[in-house]
Amino acid sequence: MTTLAPPRAAATSGPTRRRGSRRRGAAPYAFLAPALTLFTLFLALPIGYAVYLSFRTEIVQGLGLGSGARQEVWAGFANYTRALQDPEFLASVGRVAVYGLLLVPTMLGLALLFALLLDSRRTRATGFSRISIFLPYAVPAVIASLLWGFLYLPRVSPFYYVFDQLGWDVPEVMSSGLVVFAIANIGLWGGVGFNMIIIYTALKSIPTELYEAARLDGASELMVALRIKIPIVMPSLVLTFLFSMIATLQVFAEPMTLRPLSNTISTTWSPLMKVYRDAFTRGDIYAASATSVVIALATFAFSYLFLRLVQDGRAFSQESK
Amino acid sequence: MRLHTGIRVAAAVAATALLATACSSGSGDSGDDTADGSGGKVELTFWTWAPGMEEAVAVWNEANPDIQVTVNKQDGGDPAVTKLLTAIQAGSGAPDLFQTEYQKIPTLVSEDALADIADVLPDGTAERFAEGTWQSVTLGGDAVYGVPQDSGPMQFYYREDVFQQYGLSVPTTWEQYAQVAEQLHTADPSKYLGTFSANDAGWFTGLTQQAGASWWGIDGDAWSVDIESAPVQKVAEYWGGLVEKGVIDNKPMYTPEWNAALNDGSQVGWLSAIWAPGVLQGNAPDTAGKWKMAPMPQWEEGDDATGNWGGSATSVTSQSTHKAEAAKFIAWLNASQEGVNLLVSEGGLYPADIPSQAEALSSPPEFFSNQADFYTLAAETAKGVQPFTYGPNVNVAYSAYNDEFGKAAEAKQASLFLDAVTAMQATTVDDLENQGFTVTK
Repeated sequence: MTTLAPPRAAATSGPTRRRGSRRRGAAPYAFLAPALTLFTLFLALPIGYAVYLSFRTEIVQGLGLGSGARQEVWAGFANYTRALQDPEFLASVGRVAVYGLLLVPTMLGLALLFALLLDSRRTRATGFSRISIFLPYAVPAVIASLLWGFLYLPRVSPFYYVFDQLGWDVPEVMSSGLVVFAIANIGLWGGVGFNMIIIYTALKSIPTELYEAARLDGASELMVALRIKIPIVMPSLVLTFLFSMIATLQVFAEPMTLRPLSNTISTTWSPLMKVYRDAFTRGDIYAASATSVVIALATFAFSYLFLRLVQDGRAFSQESK
Repeated sequence: MRLHTGIRVAAAVAATALLATACSSGSGDSGDDTADGSGGKVELTFWTWAPGMEEAVAVWNEANPDIQVTVNKQDGGDPAVTKLLTAIQAGSGAPDLFQTEYQKIPTLVSEDALADIADVLPDGTAERFAEGTWQSVTLGGDAVYGVPQDSGPMQFYYREDVFQQYGLSVPTTWEQYAQVAEQLHTADPSKYLGTFSANDAGWFTGLTQQAGASWWGIDGDAWSVDIESAPVQKVAEYWGGLVEKGVIDNKPMYTPEWNAALNDGSQVGWLSAIWAPGVLQGNAPDTAGKWKMAPMPQWEEGDDATGNWGGSATSVTSQSTHKAEAAKFIAWLNASQEGVNLLVSEGGLYPADIPSQAEALSSPPEFFSNQADFYTLAAETAKGVQPFTYGPNVNVAYSAYNDEFGKAAEAKQASLFLDAVTAMQATTVDDLENQGFTVTK
């Protein structure tokens, strides 16, 4: 009843309403202004500048010594052709693909498992368990990699000391065949907790009537998990998968920190490490920009394709219902 | 182009704003940068990571109230160069004084980051340094891009107690070095005479310098790249053979594992440079008094050749507006008895300035107190440093070294060490050509 009052009041005083609507028209922009300014200054402009740089290059005259020896010129698509034809770039993409295939399913599988265990009725001390699983996510990747680096080096690792005492001959985890596992393990350790929290939150929002109904029908805890919980949290799983995929394409801190400890991680181990090397070791910001643009486009393409895929499939139908 | 300048200006404004806030927290009246020279107080900033520099600068500031220097401690060579080049590209934010490692000078000069101080240096500065050292700050031309501070002639460091225990003799040739390495590793398989480090390109450069290599060269108006040359191949093949045999370790240096191995006596020797005592003191404190230094093993019996690993000059950046004052400070710090004494006593550096060495280096470093003639021997080895020219893309060659020799060392195959040299040559030439340099083949 009270809802009817304001429109009537507005209708009686025409001019006021028009002025109000004009003010309402400007208001959203005023509210958006800070966000738009920040977005333009710190996201759109740098991206635009990177795209611009990717089409430029620097040309040196003669010996290149002394001032004015370098000149910036247009490069067309030269930086892009070089980036895409570089065998090291393609190899780094291959390595990251293997890394992602190892990491993403394991990480999401464990995250889902832990979330379901925490959500099951029999679990005790859920608060403590939740925190301790989540805690590694709070450790910065560089610190985590330093810690794991110590544990991976046979001479300083307590694990290898124990293996040695037991007389086991355990291969070095940072040798060429195993190093991808060593790096994926750090990502796994840090990532499970974050993804678990997202899935767990989704589980908590499921109305309890569903469980009661299932139990009346004689469903076991396992059946409830498989038939009710997992289908309902599918949108969260899609989301975490998307996040993990993007993080995989951008893996940098872990291999970068482990690199000086072994012979097996090259300076171009992952695509972003190649960008870093080009920009800061080689001083070629132009090639680095081109590679960055390629990586960004690939990330967009993958994300879009993946979302199209799941939208066409059954997964998202849950949400649309 | 217009967009580019616009953003450059924006970046410069942002950088100056940041700098202004950073400076204002320091001293109250640093604002009035009166015109160059006469009368006004000059403030200079100095980016360095050498130890003891704050203490040396404090002595200077005390005596020179008109030229006040502020040390801004850096993380190390590579990050400092990245920071400097960013400031140079932004057009502001660079310090007045900068610590430049010798191998970075051609790169920094080609990026127009360093000022030519030939006109403002006191007369006779050049004569105080060894010819090879001075060449690295002039690049063979008339310009002077800095004054040498310290140098890193290479020597062989070994555990005297372990050598006695296994009855080993100190190798004077590389042939003997290989024999001793095998003897030691056979006697105790957990021990190595050294390691081949695919992470330390500067170390490998020094080893090839000793063998007579010079990775770059200037041919009139063109650069030449001679990484794939007989001396480098000889060194690579030699180390590849030792690694393949397993008598030398293949793990990188400067890892927690390597530190532990130095400290517990698994690494019995280290081919290093004059600054080794400081590193050993920090990384292997339990071994004090057990090490000795000897000249490098030689390729030909009776030679006295060696290479350089490390060493820096102090330069004035192209953005400094007080070049004369900055040069005056550098000449005092690196080329005067008072300054050099401070470099040695406060920083433990091996000074490049020859006339001051005798007084400054009278007693051996603390960690080598068992070797009274440490610096006499060091000075003799320093005379054998072979000429070497660095090119404008040392970073590219060095990162190619990490990648290519990393693969070879991991695979433990001598033939791959030679392939690594070939790959380094290709990468380095390709990069120079891509940048537009003229490269002679």
